[in-house]
Amino acid sequence: MKFKSLMHKVMAAMLALPLIPSLAHAFQAAPARRADYNGWTPHEHWDAVWHETMLDITVLGVVFAIITIAFMVMYVRKGHGERGKLPSLTNQAKIGWVVIPCMLFLGDDLFLYVKGFDLHNHYREVPTNAVEVKLTGSMWNWNYVDVNGIDSDNELVVKQGTPVVLRMVSDDVLHSHYMTRYRVTEDLMPGRITWQWFMPDQLGESVATCREYCGTQHSGMYGKIIVKSAADYDAYVAEQTASVPSVTGVAKAATAADQI
Amino acid sequence: MSGFMGHEPDGKPGQPKTVKEWVFTLDHKVIGVWYLIGSIASFVVAGLAATAMRIELGSVGPDITDNGDIYNLWLTMHGAVMILGFQIPALLGFVANWAVPIMVGGKDMAFPRVNAMSVWLLWSGILLALLNLVIPDSYNGMWTGYPPYSLTDAVGNTALYSSVVIILGMSSVFGAVNLACTVAFMRCKGMGWFQMPLTVWCVFTANVIQLIFVPVLAASVLLLSMDKYLGFGFYNPEVGGDVLLYQNLFWFYSHPAVYVILLPFMGILFEIFAVSARNDVFNYKATVWATIAFIPVSSDVWVHHAYVAGLPDWLRLLQTFTTLLISLPFGLLMLSLTGTMYRGAIRYTGPMWWAVGAFFMLIIGALTGIPNALSAIDYGISDSYVIMSHFHYVMAVSGGMAIFAGVFFWFPKLTGRMCNSFMTKLTAAGFFIGMNIVMGPLYFAGMEGMPRRYMDYQMYADNATIVSAQHWSTIGIYITFVSALLMIVVWLHGAIAGEKATSANPWGSQSLEFTATAIIPGQGNFPTPVSVPEGWHPYNFIDNPKPEFEPHPGHTGGHH
Ligand code: HEM
Ligand SMILES: [Cu+2]
Ligand SMILES: [Cu+2]
Repeated sequence: MKFKSLMHKVMAAMLALPLIPSLAHAFQAAPARRADYNGWTPHEHWDAVWHETMLDITVLGVVFAIITIAFMVMYVRKGHGERGKLPSLTNQAKIGWVVIPCMLFLGDDLFLYVKGFDLHNHYREVPTNAVEVKLTGSMWNWNYVDVNGIDSDNELVVKQGTPVVLRMVSDDVLHSHYMTRYRVTEDLMPGRITWQWFMPDQLGESVATCREYCGTQHSGMYGKIIVKSAADYDAYVAEQTASVPSVTGVAKAATAADQI
Repeated sequence: MSGFMGHEPDGKPGQPKTVKEWVFTLDHKVIGVWYLIGSIASFVVAGLAATAMRIELGSVGPDITDNGDIYNLWLTMHGAVMILGFQIPALLGFVANWAVPIMVGGKDMAFPRVNAMSVWLLWSGILLALLNLVIPDSYNGMWTGYPPYSLTDAVGNTALYSSVVIILGMSSVFGAVNLACTVAFMRCKGMGWFQMPLTVWCVFTANVIQLIFVPVLAASVLLLSMDKYLGFGFYNPEVGGDVLLYQNLFWFYSHPAVYVILLPFMGILFEIFAVSARNDVFNYKATVWATIAFIPVSSDVWVHHAYVAGLPDWLRLLQTFTTLLISLPFGLLMLSLTGTMYRGAIRYTGPMWWAVGAFFMLIIGALTGIPNALSAIDYGISDSYVIMSHFHYVMAVSGGMAIFAGVFFWFPKLTGRMCNSFMTKLTAAGFFIGMNIVMGPLYFAGMEGMPRRYMDYQMYADNATIVSAQHWSTIGIYITFVSALLMIVVWLHGAIAGEKATSANPWGSQSLEFTATAIIPGQGNFPTPVSVPEGWHPYNFIDNPKPEFEPHPGHTGGHH
């Protein structure tokens, strides 16, 4: 009697085993990583979590498919009168076949959740040295105005290594600003301001597309994000601000700031 | 006791004979067939739209049109008609109407007249939706109808969209009340709740979900037309409205709606797996509870469709977690499908080929859903082909194959004839392979950034992965197209010239629609009211007691 109830407790405790790795991960990794996220940019962090998630589901899928295929091959009907022989389950087994798989699923869910939580915070905590750019979407155009008052359509030039935060609003319908290289999407809408930030870490160009359906030319609504080195960037700013009458530039930047 | 239709159930082959009888029928089986015809017709229309889109997307630049409005019209029609015209009517119309009442041993639906009204509403809705292809201001705002775009003139006729959704919604609500009452009150003597086939359970739960959530959808699209035509401002920020209100309302229905599709098609898979393996469903009771668990679980995850819509961060993180929790009941359903194979005696009939295809597509579809649940992962793949590929695997292809499996499974009961078995298997294989070639590569295109709802992708013209994925995907559609076409030919051939069914139970099922009816179930379904003895179970293939019939009113005391 005593021994049996002890056994039950041990078994109950074992049910919680799958939860341990994820909880351990949550407690041990979180504070350290939040400080610097291993020096990752959000999009590198994204790639890492993506690969882990892919590995996770691939393993699950392959194991599950192999078991199913094995059953499907092993248990083909032989004689005409053959019937299935699924063993009938005791009540404990019935409950066990619910609780144990659920704990395993929950363990995997928590494991992924913790990683997703970390990554989420990485995306949603803007570095203090980020520079602001105002982005207005309209059918079918991206308009960027940066702190220097440089106002350009479908082209944003940024400095390598300085994080950029986009404050976004739409003039008409919904749009969604997705930067292919930086793996970040956020909707633009009238009446609300939304934001996203990214770290331009490599020189060169990448594409920004619209990811919320906005009518006839939805697929024609895209721009370029151009990353320049510090020296090139300064030269670019000097050139642009010289050619643009500075009053309008300042006025535009001021309106941008007002609306934010 | 008089029948609902004013005549006694006689169990005689009861197909209507005149056109008038066909049209004004109150018989749930004929109504079920009407649903099926509407559903397959919708599949054809929406499938043609899909084919056109795939051809257009085959290479960078215009292929068959350079007009964005035309592509957007195809896409709008494809999405809306596939979901509202094909899958929901096939599952909650055909399966719910044709199969469920017989499976629970009832002689009809609880309210045959309401039932007829539901199918009439469905047909009105489908015809109204098809009008969109010919009217000058056709609606192109996608099946989601997000404002403010759906409030502009550019979107076309928003009223048409609202009306179609509301009419189909009414059809669904009437159907849901009717089905819930049928399952609750029309079960034959002896059939307890835990003796119902899983198809019945799944359709029942799906209808409960419909009852709770469809009104929210109807309200949300009604407000859309009130905004646009009557100058209200629910979604208009200029007068203090909020565009996000719509997205919350819409997905509050439309996420649960995916279970309205998922549950019944898994119900079909359970039926076919158990019958083909002549095996008990693994852990039947737990499976039933997992099905029921979808009602609460599905109600609190809608934000995963709006992770990038500017909603508060805490809400995104909360619903990331609730979304992951779906894996619990869903995992149990998958486990019990596989468990049903364990030590089974599997025979690979035509319907089983389709069901196995659906099952493997479901594995891929379900697992590719897990990354999407994480809000932060969604920042990289939101509204991309990753999502498109995922939901085609999990809903479109898996659901479609399961529906077709169901049609092949019940075909002998509908027509009294068998479909050609070899051709059934061939089309299943063709459809499965074709759809994998269509949707597999697109997952990788999505990882490279390819967005949804694009008629062209000139900005990615130098991305080899995207270009070749699009190319292969278009090759796949030809295989799919031919297979789907052949499948319809197999049905038509089967119905007209197929081999006559020699048994009322060609697959060896234990469920009443096979064991207690004529080859084609007649008026009132059973010769006399049926009952199931104690210990009867739809998945007991070993020593199941036979269903019993009340003695015919004409014979007195004729016990044997
Ligand atoms: C028969 C083979 C099918 C093919 C080749 C196919 C292909 C496509 C394509 C090319 C798109 C548009 C991609 C884009 O531009 O974003 C699409 C979207 C969609 N498909 Fe299918 N599809 C098929 C079957 C189905 C089925 C059976 C359903 C059933 C529910 C379905 C539901 C949808 C939905 C809901 C959308 C999204 C519409 C939107 O973005 O508003 N598809 N499909
Ligand atoms: Cu757009
Ligand atoms: Cu959802």
